[in-house]
Amino acid sequence: MTGTGIGAAVRRKEDLRFITGRGHYTDDISRPGQAYACFLRSPHAHARIRSIDTSAAANLPGVLAVLTGAELQADKIGNLICGWMIHSKDGSPMKMAPHPALAVGKVCYVGDPVAVVVAETLPQAKDAAEKIVVDYEVLPAVADPAKAKEGPQIHEVAPRNTIYEWALGDKAATDAAFASARHVTRLDIVNNRLAPNALEPRAAIGEYDAGSDSFTLWNTTQNPHVARLVISAFVGLAPEHKLRVIAPDVGGGFGSKIFIYPEEVVALWASKRVGRPVKWTCDRSEAFLADAHGRDHVTHAEMAFDDKGKIVGLRVHTIANLGAYMSTFSSSIPTYLYATLLSGQYAIPHIYCEVDAVYTNTVPVDAYRGAGRPEATFVVERLVEVGARELGIDPPELRRRNFIKSFPHQTPVIMTYDAGDYEASLRKALEIADYKNFPKRKRESARRGKLRGIGFSTYIEACGIAPSQAVGSLGAGVGLWESAEVRVNPTGSVEVLTGSHSHGQGHETTFAQLVSDRLGIPIENVSVIHGDTDKVQFGMGTYGSRSGAVGMSAIAKALDKVEAKAKKVASHLLEAAEGDIEFKDGKFIVSGTDKSATWADVALHAYIAHKFSGQELEPGLKEGAFYDPTNFTFPAGCHICEVEVDPDTGEVTIVGWTAVDDFGVVINPMIVEGQVHGGIAQGVGQALLEHAVYNSDGQLVTGSLMDYAMPRAGNLPSYKVDMTVTRCPSNPLGVKGCGEAGAIAAPAAVINAVTDAVGVEDIPMPATPQAVWSAIRSRAQPRQAA
Amino acid sequence: MKRTISVTVNGKVRRESVEPRLLLVHFLRDVLRLTGTHVGCDTSQCGACTVSMNGLAVKSCTILAVQADGAEITTIEGLARDGALHPIQAAFREHHGLQCGFCTPGMIMAAKQLLERYPAPTIEQIRDQLDGNICRCTGYHGIIKAIEAAARAMAEKGQAPTTGS
Repeated sequence: MTGTGIGAAVRRKEDLRFITGRGHYTDDISRPGQAYACFLRSPHAHARIRSIDTSAAANLPGVLAVLTGAELQADKIGNLICGWMIHSKDGSPMKMAPHPALAVGKVCYVGDPVAVVVAETLPQAKDAAEKIVVDYEVLPAVADPAKAKEGPQIHEVAPRNTIYEWALGDKAATDAAFASARHVTRLDIVNNRLAPNALEPRAAIGEYDAGSDSFTLWNTTQNPHVARLVISAFVGLAPEHKLRVIAPDVGGGFGSKIFIYPEEVVALWASKRVGRPVKWTCDRSEAFLADAHGRDHVTHAEMAFDDKGKIVGLRVHTIANLGAYMSTFSSSIPTYLYATLLSGQYAIPHIYCEVDAVYTNTVPVDAYRGAGRPEATFVVERLVEVGARELGIDPPELRRRNFIKSFPHQTPVIMTYDAGDYEASLRKALEIADYKNFPKRKRESARRGKLRGIGFSTYIEACGIAPSQAVGSLGAGVGLWESAEVRVNPTGSVEVLTGSHSHGQGHETTFAQLVSDRLGIPIENVSVIHGDTDKVQFGMGTYGSRSGAVGMSAIAKALDKVEAKAKKVASHLLEAAEGDIEFKDGKFIVSGTDKSATWADVALHAYIAHKFSGQELEPGLKEGAFYDPTNFTFPAGCHICEVEVDPDTGEVTIVGWTAVDDFGVVINPMIVEGQVHGGIAQGVGQALLEHAVYNSDGQLVTGSLMDYAMPRAGNLPSYKVDMTVTRCPSNPLGVKGCGEAGAIAAPAAVINAVTDAVGVEDIPMPATPQAVWSAIRSRAQPRQAA
Repeated sequence: MKRTISVTVNGKVRRESVEPRLLLVHFLRDVLRLTGTHVGCDTSQCGACTVSMNGLAVKSCTILAVQADGAEITTIEGLARDGALHPIQAAFREHHGLQCGFCTPGMIMAAKQLLERYPAPTIEQIRDQLDGNICRCTGYHGIIKAIEAAARAMAEKGQAPTTGS
């Protein structure tokens, strides 16, 4: 390892521009002659549009265009799509309703874009949007997923608002396991709806160049090539080779910037209509209405145990709210990213899961940090914890009895876990959290009138998304490999072009560490280029903790090819047989001799091509690779949360947090720990603070940062973060992925701790002071049998 | 009706004609093209737009540009001097106090005020003082470590500033 190689806590290369205010986020970019877009959004959750009168708006000063769904249709702009086909139990395909970028005939959620104004200035656009007159016939609405099937039908294609009724696992075998069980633990769970709230609001600049008949889109996206593909192949705005998508610095994504949304499509389309670049920047309050939300499951789950505390079966029924339209990957989240993880870290012989996905009059729901896996972990880890309490077994001990201990392990829900050591992470976490002295701390809290509780979450996730053939067989419309290109310059510096996209993850540093490590060159001599479809040939982008396992593996594969080619060049330069050339510590050595050439020598000779003929070896040193993983990766670990609850106010204070994660080989421990911290914060936010609330009319009650409780510095604890390592056998680097672990593990750890403290299992998320106080009060009432 | 204002921004006097309804943050970003100051919300909750005005941290989305007439403003672009990072900037990098970088300018400007008030802050004081700044990436762990380290670095250099400096 060099000082900047794999495993070193290298300080981030990208930080210098961010700490000096010299980043380039989409809204920081201004194009010559740019105009500004403002969207008029539906104030109703569900309504028919009788008419739209844009004349008053169009006549205001500065207004360049007022466009509606009618113009969209006139220009034959295609609908937005969901790219993952799910089939119901009866074999029928999911019911995907048309999703125009501007409403056509009806609106289906508060915030549904109805019209756009393009004007010289943003204030002019906003003023004009207020002058558009829309005559709505308001229809009854439904927002609660549990009531969706009985609610007013939203789309013609989906009777009972049902998108699919899907199932995974062997129902008969699972039912039989339950029939012979000694104990069954049952829980009703609501996984609360969340607003992702990346701190940078979404933004887009569309620009049409009439000279070349081509478009450029600057966009806050996690996957510019996917955006280009969808906008070309489905929306039909421009062919792929006539559309450039640039994702410059992007201020956080957490899934919410994966999707292809109406606004960027409209900005691009409008730029051709008005002949000017069109910029749209989302307001925060607008983002609450317009960005895809996360979670929103209603679940009944049952876990069956034998007389030794072994889990013999798991039965889950979930209603998943997908909102008013199917977002880009929404269908896959409550199915193949959820039910496939229900085995947790445990050897469970029989699992059966049914998922009903429904439309409601709410903004679409799609992937948000963890995406299905936090929901699965919450189900499994709550059941295990409550089961342990009901059986009178120490919760860590019950987990230990059920841990998977040999690998590979085939679960009953598709996944084959490749490697792990769950006992090791649990043991280490128990030590760090000083579990054995918890009773002492509990007594000490009690002396101060506080209720102390401890909660565990031994989670698993499937990351490194994903082997293309496997996901294809499950309905994915895309492959999930990644691409990379390594360009070596004549002076020996290196540019890495990657299809991954960094929006906070630090790829410019970690990816450069890999190159520095492999080529033995200073990290300063490596540039990582990403987020531009004109520079990077193709890429699937960053989500699902895939950039290390898949994105970096592609770079490693390209580096293999670069090294092989460089050895050929070196053999000519050193006048030795190619097989005698060794590459070590940045030097090419003729085995058993003192003859050597530096990396820079070889790079130069690859380009000047004086030492070999073009017939025997092509000049240049540049290689590309597409890497398709052989399996998902399976990061896992143990998080322990310790809380104190004030019984008079219901306020929960997190007094301790221990995280021991197994991410496989760690490239940069500083960055990995930062990912864990941030993930936990979002998980704690879900458990204690955050909730996107719609009332029964479909109005979003939590529509701004005044109403939606984001975690602040004072809400969060300091974290003790440690790691165990089992190398991932499914990629050349041995890495597993770390971006989502905290958000996946944390909610169950918090709620397990709060319920332990209070002695009541039925506490909803977020466990606000009011909810906890009410639960404490309910203890006086006789508890309902489970 | 536009009004002419004169504002000293990062040591440079800027005279501009602005609409009375223009917010200071948009004056900085759109008129002066100082895009390091960010807009993360519309309810003065997130603090991404925090700048220093006459020595006090302010959310530049809560102030009209015309109210800044005659004021001295320091933005994130003006914090490094003579090519050397301010100790808070250096500490944010050293202690991984940023990920996506979007909240960072506001967070650093808020930290500057914090350390002026509390040159040797406790963790509780840091958490409390950061109440007006939201970070979605870091869980605040690295930010708090960075501010503690900056306090130490500034004390060692004898740079501990007094309020209003």
